[in-house]
Amino acid sequence: MSDTSTALSTGGAPKVSSIQEVVIRIAGNSQDGIQAIGGFLARLAGRSEQEVMTFMTIPATISGGPSIFQVRMGSGEVLSSGDESDVLLAFYQHSYEGHINSLKKGGIVLYDSDHVVPRDEWKKDYHHLGIPISGLTVEAIGGTAKDKGKNIFALGLIAKMFDLNTPKLEKLIGERFTGKDPSILNNALAAFHAGYANSLGNVVETFRFAASQDKGGHQVVMNGNEALGYGLIAAGVRFGAGYPITPWSDIMELLRRELPKYGGTFVQTEDEIAAVSMAIGASYGGRVAVTGSSGPGISLKTEALGWAVMAEMPLVIVDVQRGGPSTGMPTNIEQSDLNIAVNGGHGDSPRVVIAPANVEDCFYMAIEAVNLARKYSVPVVLLTDQGIATRIEAFREPDLEKVCQDLAPSFEPVADHKPYDLAAPNGVTRHLAPGTKILSGKYPIVTGLEHDELGHPTGSPKLHIQMTAKRRKKLQAMAAELPVPKVYGPPEGNVLLVGWGSTEGPIREAVDRARGAGDSVSSLHLRHINPLPNGLENIFAGFNNIFVVEMNDEGLYGFGQLGAILRARYCDARIQGINKTDGLTWKVREILERAKGHVATGLRKL
Amino acid sequence: MSQTLTEMEKRTGNSPVSAAAPTEERKGLTKKEIAADHPTWCPGCGDFSVLALYFKLIEKRRMWHEKITTVAGIGCSSRFPYFVQAHGVHFIHGRALPFASGISLSRPDLHVFVFGGDGDAFSIGGNHFNHTARKNVKMTYCVMDNWVYGLTKKQTSPTSPLGFKSKTDQWGAIDYPINPMKQAIAAGATFVARTTHTNPNHVLQIMEAAMDHDGFSFIECLSECVEFYEGAFDASNPRKGGVFNEVPKNHDVTDEMAAYKLAGEPFPGYFGIFYKNTKPTKNAKEAEINKTHQAKVAGLKDWQILQKSFDRLK
Repeated sequence: MSDTSTALSTGGAPKVSSIQEVVIRIAGNSQDGIQAIGGFLARLAGRSEQEVMTFMTIPATISGGPSIFQVRMGSGEVLSSGDESDVLLAFYQHSYEGHINSLKKGGIVLYDSDHVVPRDEWKKDYHHLGIPISGLTVEAIGGTAKDKGKNIFALGLIAKMFDLNTPKLEKLIGERFTGKDPSILNNALAAFHAGYANSLGNVVETFRFAASQDKGGHQVVMNGNEALGYGLIAAGVRFGAGYPITPWSDIMELLRRELPKYGGTFVQTEDEIAAVSMAIGASYGGRVAVTGSSGPGISLKTEALGWAVMAEMPLVIVDVQRGGPSTGMPTNIEQSDLNIAVNGGHGDSPRVVIAPANVEDCFYMAIEAVNLARKYSVPVVLLTDQGIATRIEAFREPDLEKVCQDLAPSFEPVADHKPYDLAAPNGVTRHLAPGTKILSGKYPIVTGLEHDELGHPTGSPKLHIQMTAKRRKKLQAMAAELPVPKVYGPPEGNVLLVGWGSTEGPIREAVDRARGAGDSVSSLHLRHINPLPNGLENIFAGFNNIFVVEMNDEGLYGFGQLGAILRARYCDARIQGINKTDGLTWKVREILERAKGHVATGLRKL
Repeated sequence: MSQTLTEMEKRTGNSPVSAAAPTEERKGLTKKEIAADHPTWCPGCGDFSVLALYFKLIEKRRMWHEKITTVAGIGCSSRFPYFVQAHGVHFIHGRALPFASGISLSRPDLHVFVFGGDGDAFSIGGNHFNHTARKNVKMTYCVMDNWVYGLTKKQTSPTSPLGFKSKTDQWGAIDYPINPMKQAIAAGATFVARTTHTNPNHVLQIMEAAMDHDGFSFIECLSECVEFYEGAFDASNPRKGGVFNEVPKNHDVTDEMAAYKLAGEPFPGYFGIFYKNTKPTKNAKEAEINKTHQAKVAGLKDWQILQKSFDRLK
């Protein structure tokens, strides 16, 4: 909260202070419905033209375990889920003790006094507000369902504290519980109203968000997995195959549910290899198909991915990265699959790797992935991660009529067809779907063996050289057509932070904060990673220090996975790595401290 | 251009291409028009006769180049698609079935034939065999079983009999072999048949029945490897003093237990259709799901369907 005046006093009428934004951390257990509170707040922010970003942790256990959901919402630009929270809502003693450190000094801890005993030593640093949430919820809705509804009661408390739009929240609650037993909705509304009617103990100050700018048009609110799934549908994908694995499963569940409406199919296969094989089979059928996975599943798919490179078959492979290697940290964030995405598999197998930078970007990069796969007849790996997959953001509703594509294959007979025509400009050939009559009577074979122009096997050294070059050249041609990313901040200066994937927000916030403090810091975010767009060397030339900020290990030689690629590509000794492997999203403070640690002379321009 | 193609062009892409019978009168393809590369198999290989009978099937049943898709994995027999003049796929080892499922489920207008060997089907691809069978995905799968790894030059295969001396079992195979027929019946295949390359008429008859079956049709076709397992199937070849026993006339092909019993007979056993039933295919079930869901959004364009989803995310 930007307003720092005291929130609590001993009496008098509540004062209303205007704030720009707030970070609320809700801590409880995974069955408490704390994600529902966060979801309501995020959706409300979306409907109120506010910006919002969430962050959640979920235990990797089967059921239960501590869990948090953090929401940052505000009237201005929200780039990250926030380093520290303004309000901690703690349901249990472990939530209270485990997360008090995430609270700003002077922040408010709102706790369930039925479960939490506050500690005296913390009372001087944080405003403590104890409300018997469990007891009051039972009072409000009856004791039939123990512990159920206290999340909605707490939502009422928060609504009161921040003067949130109650009719909108009631509508959201109504939508959420629509179609269920009406008593469930009635109970939820009763719990919400009871929370909202609470006097908030001794709080004499409530908050109101400053009016946010009218953004024109509606916002939609969703997480990255949803945005990506819907993006694939908008792109025209009508077939997919997958195997369940966290955090990818949400996407396959969405596609399984949604695709039939469009006449499409998503198949849950017996394993990861069958999934990628089936998707390639459907792509061969004439329409780009999708498969996806996380970590270990991607390892299993690499042989078939190599086939798609060799046979030049379009395909989209989604990798929702998590902590690795092996089973690793299934519910944590990491960017450690870049190497397998770019190089995974045997042989020289150039493929495309792209990475969305935020939730909205998940939607548009899904379309980009499909179009690159089609245009260049090549598999495209779409790299997201656990963080972007589960975090909720509000973004401007896409113009769906405009962005939706129809990928129905043409079966117009052709005079002749060479699937691997060496005379094709830049080596770019297009797949011809079966069902197409070829008037010459010569039909193509698509194959993983090295082949001649018609797809028939060859051991010819000359053809292997030519075909290897063909598969490379089309990606080089693609690189020349990719947009050169824009520098965030001045195009010249002392420090350039380079990032990829879900870290764009915190990196930009770090730039803003550093510049606010007078430091010379800019950032560059890469969405196309393999091939890299041309011209990055010109951008690097404008800076004294280049730090590649990644959530992966610094590697044997001191560079993260993108860092190593950039070093190899540009032979630029100024490229250094800022890496971490704690399985958590970057805090803005961490990025800046690490950058400062690297530059002895500080971040200011010399 | 056939009417089928015209229909396809008009499609808006809202649903996969539907199956439609060609109506235009075209002469059946000749062997010359269907044959592509000269097969690279060893002289005397059983696979030659399977290929020749596939040509015969295409010719007899008047299938068109563009309507056939021939898919294979890796192995001697999996070279098959190169020798057929039609859209073809040579995929990776053991994964031909899921690839073919992707075609079958998205392109109901195509005939999907998968050819492979015993290693592809029962070793590296064993799991896919079980699941494609149980899902009853419409396609024909012909396994040319030679009881040995030929392409890699004589290693033990999952169907090699006990005692078979190979380069990986110099003293004789010790692992119990898979019984392909039992495997297929147990996995839930809806058409399970056995034939042998030395009886061409029988191979063609079985291929036709398999092709006409609406579901996953599996053929085990004994196909001798003259190089690495010569004489393996002599006991089933009357010309070599063996016996070719057809499935008894009174065998009930819908009786799973009877089929399983038939499959347990010692070599040379029986030849013909062991098991056949008419469970709905996965293709049909998915189409049914789509019909139900599309009825709810009838008249809407794709972007309007998506708009409805987005309206709920505001």
